[in-house]
Amino acid sequence: MSESVNNREPLLDISGLEVHFETRRGIARAVNEVDLTLYKGERFGLVGESGSGKTTMILALLRMIKTPGFIAGGKAVFDDGTDLLALNAEQVRQTRLKRVAMVPQGAMNSLNPVIRIGEQMMLTMREHGEEGERDELMARVVGLLEKVGLKPEAASLYPHELSGGMKQRACIAQAICLNPQLILADEPTSALDVVVQRQIMQTLRQLQIGLDATVLLVGHDMGLMAQFAERVGIMYGGKLVEVGTVSDIFRNPQHPYTQLLISSIPSFETRGDFKGIPGVALSLLDPPSGCLFHPRCPKATDACAQREPTLKEVSPGQWASCLLHEEEHDATAS
Amino acid sequence: MPPLLEARHIRKVFSSSGGLFAEDKETVAVEDFTLTIDADKPSFTTIAGESGSGKTTIARMLLGVIPPSEGEVLYAGRSIGQLEKDEMRSFRQDVQAIFQDPFEVYNPFYKVDHILTTPIEKFGLASSKSDAREQIDVALRTVGLRPEETLGRYPHQLSGGQRQRITIARALLLKPKLIIADEPVSMVDASLRATILASLHKLYREFDISFVYITHDLTTAYQVSENIVVLYHGTVAEAGGVEQVIKDPHHPYTRELIQSIPVPDPGSAWIEEEIEEKEVDESSAAASMQGWSMCRYAPRCPHAMDKCSTRPPLFRSGAGRAAACFLYDEQEPVEEGNLTQLFSEK
Repeated sequence: MSESVNNREPLLDISGLEVHFETRRGIARAVNEVDLTLYKGERFGLVGESGSGKTTMILALLRMIKTPGFIAGGKAVFDDGTDLLALNAEQVRQTRLKRVAMVPQGAMNSLNPVIRIGEQMMLTMREHGEEGERDELMARVVGLLEKVGLKPEAASLYPHELSGGMKQRACIAQAICLNPQLILADEPTSALDVVVQRQIMQTLRQLQIGLDATVLLVGHDMGLMAQFAERVGIMYGGKLVEVGTVSDIFRNPQHPYTQLLISSIPSFETRGDFKGIPGVALSLLDPPSGCLFHPRCPKATDACAQREPTLKEVSPGQWASCLLHEEEHDATAS
Repeated sequence: MPPLLEARHIRKVFSSSGGLFAEDKETVAVEDFTLTIDADKPSFTTIAGESGSGKTTIARMLLGVIPPSEGEVLYAGRSIGQLEKDEMRSFRQDVQAIFQDPFEVYNPFYKVDHILTTPIEKFGLASSKSDAREQIDVALRTVGLRPEETLGRYPHQLSGGQRQRITIARALLLKPKLIIADEPVSMVDASLRATILASLHKLYREFDISFVYITHDLTTAYQVSENIVVLYHGTVAEAGGVEQVIKDPHHPYTRELIQSIPVPDPGSAWIEEEIEEKEVDESSAAASMQGWSMCRYAPRCPHAMDKCSTRPPLFRSGAGRAAACFLYDEQEPVEEGNLTQLFSEK
């Protein structure tokens, strides 16, 4: 999966990523053999239900998995050959913000309540090796705040003096302060009202284009994904089950799970017509054999309980992990 | 027959002590709100609004959890603050609540059966153990759960969607006439949301249970409800049939809300289109929240006029609908601001 998409160069090549959690009842594979290439300057959306491993995956890229969780295998290699998963603690610190930064879900919980916004951004920059006089750094802080649509005065305010949307803007300013190549955004607007959500997502997109950075947006709001992402990946039970351009995923989904997910999105088209996905989400401690989705899949065959599918390219740029496509694949190959 | 539940000009003010050196602060969560739920004709009404719009405060007043500061809530014609013991009992049976968080309503030490057997015991609904079990089975099946896979388990062994459906089954056991559901699906995964909304819709359609659905999500409101009330900072901005209001919003605030929703259809200009952001004057925005002497949306409104510095009544902007906006001031205002009167005119 490393040929370029829209003539873009690969930025980060994730292969065989495994994150496990050790529990009393056994090992839970929260991220299960994920292969994914992110390209320079793209907006990639990662979708899944709670427990599908989407947040765990970005925490792994930030090297923020805490015990009882651990990265059990895989690589995440940058274009210059740096493997994010092989760095030592000091190297990780050097990489954060400079190469990989995160916009958190709850902005209110990620700012220090007793330090003024400008001050904490400056401290962050110093902590990550930026040198320079206070005035110089403060001028950069003000510049960053303006970039995210905040007034310079915001630098001298405490977090509680900002609204939810303004706090999230401050978090974005902090995330981009050292021009990262990869911005990981974990449901950055799920706590915000829709009007503010739209403003924040527009700001994030403008910044992403300005920096030519890659954004990996994690979430479950399919509307937001349709509007923000250029490519979308669908996760189920820790596995990446489908990847494709946003229009392929929404208009021509290939994996049965994606198909059900897309048809379950409520819209302003129909009233009183509710389509859910049958069955219950799987337990990671007791996963089904074969394809993880087969107990809920309307198209499952006997083979699905036996054999585990792998991601196969079903059309140019669109990959799905489903035996239905593997059979076709095998048939055309022979 | 008096209406089942009636909110008459209810208003709620929260006051907080400012501490030693500051003045006490008053926050008006809900201004004048009037809504009637008929006893004989089932209805499905959404109360929609963003955070801080007062939607949950309205729900809590309707449930009698908090008293209104002004106005009154009546159950079968009697103010719920003054119900006799047996009237209170029938109020508690007729009007049920479903809350947002399907995790917090359970006691983790009890099996989920507890939440279902308690109402049966308290209200003496069953004549025998087997009758009780039968009723529980029926209620669980109605919301799409298999009793044998649900009963006997602890809350942590069930998913959020299953837990939320059990709370709906619990409400159903009491054969209520009205269910007030406060964001029942906002903490549930998208794939299960549809299943839960379908359960609610079924109760309305097949069991003639009325609903007041409190949400911030206009898409699900559109899916399930007949009528909608859009709140803005404690005031009613717009009300009417959900089809009309969503497809053709009249109030500038409703328009802004609907345009802000990201639609699940790639290629629209949602992310690119410049939002006409009006420079909001902080002092006038603060002034609009003081008392209720002007349109609260005016400081953000692209159509704001001089008139907007007075309080807009709910004008009948169309058949069976109204908007609290001077753009429609050639129309008659709604008498007493009674939304139910309005909904019945469609």
